[in-house]
Parts: sequence; C-alpha cells; structure tokens
Amino acid sequence: MAFMFTVSPDFTPDHLSGWYIFNTWLQKQTGEGIHLEMYDDFNSQRQAIKDDKVDLIYANPFDAAMLVREKGFLPLVKADGTADEAIIAVNADNKVEDVAHLSPGVKVAYTDDPDVKMMGMIMLEPGDLDATNIVPVISDTYVLVAKHLLKGEADVGIFLAEAYDDLSSVIKKQLRILVRSQISVIHHALMIGPNLQHKREEIQQMLLNMNNEDKGQGVLKSLGFSGWGKVDDEEMEFMIDLMDTLVM
Amino acid sequence: MIYDMKPEDIIGEYKEVTLQLYRSIARKILYTEIETPYPDGKLIVSTTDPDGVITHVNQSFIDMSGYMEEELVGAPHSILRHPDMPPAAFKDLWDTVKKGEKWQGFVKNLRKDGGYYWVKATVIPNVRNGKVVGYTSVRRKPSRTKVEECIKLYPTLF
Ligand SMILES: Cc1cc2nc3c(=O)[nH]c(=O)nc-3n(C[C@H](O)[C@H](O)[C@H](O)COP(=O)(O)O)c2cc1C
Repeated sequence: MAFMFTVSPDFTPDHLSGWYIFNTWLQKQTGEGIHLEMYDDFNSQRQAIKDDKVDLIYANPFDAAMLVREKGFLPLVKADGTADEAIIAVNADNKVEDVAHLSPGVKVAYTDDPDVKMMGMIMLEPGDLDATNIVPVISDTYVLVAKHLLKGEADVGIFLAEAYDDLSSVIKKQLRILVRSQISVIHHALMIGPNLQHKREEIQQMLLNMNNEDKGQGVLKSLGFSGWGKVDDEEMEFMIDLMDTLVM
Repeated sequence: MIYDMKPEDIIGEYKEVTLQLYRSIARKILYTEIETPYPDGKLIVSTTDPDGVITHVNQSFIDMSGYMEEELVGAPHSILRHPDMPPAAFKDLWDTVKKGEKWQGFVKNLRKDGGYYWVKATVIPNVRNGKVVGYTSVRRKPSRTKVEECIKLYPTLF
C-alpha cells in the first residue's frame, strides 16, 4: 500500500509540477511508495483527511490544528523564510485611506484560502466590518481578486501577501495597499500522519539536509523554496493556540 | 518583579494613583492621557504561566508596552494594568480561562511611559497533554466604535 501525500489547495499553481518532482525525490530517498494526490478544493481534501486517507500533507495553518488535535499528525518542517501574511488592497482610485473609513455593505473580494481570509477579515475589523455586513465576492484566484478591484466589481480585496507581490507591475500600479499584516508566526507546514510516524525523524533529517545536495537544491527550486526549517511540536502547538485566538 | 512607576520614565503631564493588585502587591501608577495608536496589521502576543507571570512576548508587545523584554519576562501580567480598567473585567477573564474557555474583551493597557493603548484581546489556555501549562493572549486592532463604547461603559463598572 502506498502512502498518500497531498498539498493544501492554496499552493501557487506555478509550483504544481514542483510538488510532483518533490514527491519523486521523496520516494527515492525514503524507499517508500508515496502517491501524490492533488485536490482542487478544501472540502474534498478535508473529506480525505477525515477518512484517514492522508499520511503526509503540506498543510495550511488553518488545517494544522485539526490535523494535530483530531488526527494525531506531527509537524516536520516549514519552508525557510516564508510566513503567511495577508494584504488588504483597494483600487488606486479609491479615496479610502484607512480601513476605518470603509462602511457596511462594502464589496470584499477573496478566495476560499481559509487562513488568508481570516487574517484579512481581522484587518477589516477596525472598520466595524465582519462576515455579517460585507458583501462577499468569492474569487477562484488572487489574479481574479485583483481583476474584481480593477473592474470596480469589488471595493476591497484580500490577498495572500506573496500572491499580491507576484502580480504584474501593470496591475499593481492600479491597486493600493491599505494594510499588510506582519504576523510572522503563521505558516504552512509539512506534516506527517500516524501511519508514517515511525519514519518521522528520518524524513525530517532528509528534508533539513535537502539544500546541501545538488539534486535536493534543484527540487527545492522547483517548489520556490530555499530550504526547509525544522518545526518542533511546541512551535506547532503555539501556532495552533494562536490561530485559535483568531477564529472568533 | 513589578516596581512602582518612576517619574523619569514618564512622558508628559501625569496623575498618580496606587493600585492594589493581586497577591497584595501595591503599585504606584503614573499615567498620562497620551494614546499610542494600535499598529496596523500587527498582533501583540504574550504567554504566561498558570499564575499570569509573563513567559514570552513578541516584538510588537515590547514596542507597544515601552518596556524591554528583560523587564517583562518574569513580571506579573498586571504590569500593564491601567487604572481605568474595571477589576470586574479581569475577574471575568480569569474565571473564564480557569474554566478552560476562551475570553475576549477590550482592554486599555498602560505603557511604561505612562501613556496607554487600546486592544481587542483574546486569552486562551495552553493545553499540553491534557494539562493547562499557561495562557496565551493575542491582541488585535480594535474598532474605534467598540473602544468608544468601552470608554462610556467601564467607569460604571467600578
Ligand atoms: C495571557 C494573559 C494576558 C493578559 N493580558 C493582560 C493585559 O494585556 N493587560 C492587563 O492589564 N492584564 C492582562 N492580564 C490580566 C492580568 O494577569 C491581571 O489579572 C490584571 O492586570 C489585573 O491585575 P490583578 O489581577 O493583579 O488585580 C492577562 C492575563 C493573562 C492570563
């Protein structure tokens, strides 16, 4: 029986092939059969987790809590120098200078990326905005969030900071950032499920060494990462506690 | 440890009051009417042991409180206690987290320089292997409307 590996559906599509390359590398290194399964949306992935089908997952911070507390997953590593941050942006022509100047009924574009949406909604709170008094403009991708702002179909956009920074300069020139989060302790993590945990230390060590060998470096590059950093149990517990304080 | 506030640390005109804190700690408080706005996009984070003694603070906490990290870690969290905060708020906080539940409220915090800042705070118990090993608080930028409501409400709760 092959183990099953999956990646949070909020990964940037540019790195889709990178995850397949990574999975091939992982199989070679561990000598285990590992099957990479990509889900298009959060719901189908969550169902697979519920059904105990997943053994290894590059998880978003939102799912990490459930994975640790309900499914017995443990953290392995996170990508070096990456943190999940969110940006609130408006059309450059918008007169609004501060979130506090926004009013109920404002049209907010966002994707179904759960932690980014949560951080974005927290940044809208100082303007007395919440899920009950905004008009959601659900968008499939961050590029579409930007397009909604450019076309005036949304007043405010919530972006993953990385995705915003990757937008073309032509688009960025027509947008303006109101708030950029600087939380720095919320991040995705590669996590390992109960069926594979006897290999935890071995796999963790391989991943930490990855940027010291030529092949590994190439694989990391295809993922857009410079290397992996260790995540210990307490760091993960701390992040989960922190997420817990933010969900209400 | 927690010390009386010193006039040389205070910026601006101040008033003086002695606060009776938990465990019979009496602290001389010097406070001004100078507000420091909550920084956009940041979270202020601290962790305490089960008794409310600070064990960890993040950089935003240090920046907003005006203290150095060494002064904060090891001090009771009441080092931030502002005289305008009604004691009932903190009783409710402790009653709630001791039940293992999450507490949320708006808090006016005292800075080392005598000034203040408002936060929307959430406090949760840190459960490890089924045991509460401490508490974590995460503060975010409050809405001005909510702060104005508290400014009216809190004096009635003394
Ligand atoms: C995790 C945590 C965070 C706290 N944060 C604050 C705070 O920011 N400001 C504050 O005045 N009290 C805070 N408290 C409550 C204090 O421990 C204390 O109860 C309060 O300042 C009142 O002082 P007293 O209990 O000595 O009367 C916090 C408590 C916990 C457990």
